[in-house]
Amino acid sequence: MTGWNFLRLYTVAVYLFMFLPVAVVVLLSFNSRQFGSFPMEGLSFRWFVELWNNDAIVRAFRVSLLLAALTAVISTVLGILAALALVRYRFPGKNTITTLLIAPILIPEVVLAVALLLFLRWLDMPRSFLVLLLGHVIFTLPFVLLVVQARLVAIRPEYEEAARSLGANPLQTFFAVTLPLLLPAVFAGMLFAFTMSFDDITGTMFWKPGGVETVPTQIFAMLRHSISPEINALGTVMIVVTVALPLIGMGVARRLAASRS
Amino acid sequence: MANSSAVQLNGIVKRFGGLTAVHRMDLDIEEGSFVTLLGPSGCGKTTTLRMIAGLLEPSEGEIVIKGRSVTHTPIHKRNLGIVFQNYALFPHKTIFDNVAFGLRYRDVPRGEIAGKVARALELVQLPDMGDRFPRQLSGGQQQRIALARAIVIEPDVLLLDEPLSALDANLREDMRVELKRIQVHLGITTIFVTHDQSEALAMSDRIVVMSKGHVEQVGAPEEVYRSPKSAFVARFLGNANLVEGRVGKSSGETVSVAVEGIGELLVPASRSRGIGEGAAASIVVRAEKLFLGAEDDTPHADALSLPGEVTAVDYQGQAARYFVEVAGRTLQALNPIEERPFRRGDRVNAVIRGRDCALVPLEDRP
Repeated sequence: MTGWNFLRLYTVAVYLFMFLPVAVVVLLSFNSRQFGSFPMEGLSFRWFVELWNNDAIVRAFRVSLLLAALTAVISTVLGILAALALVRYRFPGKNTITTLLIAPILIPEVVLAVALLLFLRWLDMPRSFLVLLLGHVIFTLPFVLLVVQARLVAIRPEYEEAARSLGANPLQTFFAVTLPLLLPAVFAGMLFAFTMSFDDITGTMFWKPGGVETVPTQIFAMLRHSISPEINALGTVMIVVTVALPLIGMGVARRLAASRS
Repeated sequence: MANSSAVQLNGIVKRFGGLTAVHRMDLDIEEGSFVTLLGPSGCGKTTTLRMIAGLLEPSEGEIVIKGRSVTHTPIHKRNLGIVFQNYALFPHKTIFDNVAFGLRYRDVPRGEIAGKVARALELVQLPDMGDRFPRQLSGGQQQRIALARAIVIEPDVLLLDEPLSALDANLREDMRVELKRIQVHLGITTIFVTHDQSEALAMSDRIVVMSKGHVEQVGAPEEVYRSPKSAFVARFLGNANLVEGRVGKSSGETVSVAVEGIGELLVPASRSRGIGEGAAASIVVRAEKLFLGAEDDTPHADALSLPGEVTAVDYQGQAARYFVEVAGRTLQALNPIEERPFRRGDRVNAVIRGRDCALVPLEDRP
């Protein structure tokens, strides 16, 4: 029994180690004083208000949202198309293409970031928002692809064959049958892409054009000057966006899946 | 001829890589008839059906439906109704929307859709299910809805791919009767694929027996059962004993066949496949035509009566299948039980009548 108790204690310790720093950030974001010290002397939302009034941060937030939303949409569309080709059709070079599409997961992000940058230099393309978006699509695509592919394999081709035998052409079949059956995976993949893009800092540092900041790079820049309590507040907002959103999304996906099985 | 034929297969061949799944197949399916493609798994029956459906393209040959060559026509332009083995009802659509699906891609005025769907649901005897989802229905009900969805579009041909195999035994026999009733009622040309010989015999106007990508025999159920063309057909339908013999003189009506250790049987010439005098051939003795009697029964005039011993009994309630050792061979006999079944070790007389037998060429031994 002591073995079990030890295991329990150890588990709790690991979780504390992982989540305590996060909890401290969230807690300090509600601190009324400039410098965080325990015990806290008062609760306030002043750092959130200052956050709201900080133009640079609001701008970074807008950029991040736009970037993540576009990344999610583009990655999802490409991911669905790639999954359809890889699951439903046979063609030469299929394994190679699968490997190439999944490769960004296996390659360290720094390497990927530098590689894309060198490639763009070779093409004489300057860094721009489009390049940033391209980079984000490249590293989020494998996740969308894997999730959609897994679901598509489980959808028997008879559904599509039945639809086509009833007179629907391939495109009509996709929208009337395949896509609705894929929806839970599409939704999950899209959320994946969104949060990954929203969170990303490594690739973004390399690809972003001058003067454009996303939330993570903005935080990074702010840390270089001073440790402002605003960062705690921003951190809290980030946590809410990247944790709550997938949780809600998973809930929706599960309900969709339940009504479609 | 061209007018009365609904589906024609002209020399179709299907190769997958180096493997030939269907060898040069010709078939003419009459308008309004119920034709079954019967054979063991891997015989090419499903491949043939999928080629007719347009889910596979033949490597060679031509497919004609209602006088129109459809060999290269995509499936959604062929106007066929297909019922799949696992129903393939759209799980995210209600029963109504499932049945109405095909109508939405045709020029059916919106106002007529509801009426057509209602009539189809009535035909399969599930009129009040429109609002439900497929998962709320039993397997048998889902099968009926799949049928309704396929026939509501008034297809030129109805294709059924082992539609009964996912149902349990009792339901399967009910559905068999039901399916046949609907087919007769609509008069729709139907192609049915199965590996179950009793389904084929019960439902078909014509049976196409297939083996290893070849058509072995085409004929009415009774014809295929009573006068098999080959040893394969004889074995595949029902329980048959195949005994090797040598063909002797023909008397016009009958052909005499000598079997070592058994004697001479007079087989009807109409079921002798024209096998000539002096040739070796197999005699087909159906298990239900091998009659077992007590050892002291008086022999029949037109029959051979052979002493044997029961070596195994497969009791089936109203009948029993016996394995009988006769003249060094093990024969099967399927006999109704009158008072009590024979038991293992009983000495019996096995009675064979020549007029119940048929002759087929010897099997090609691989």
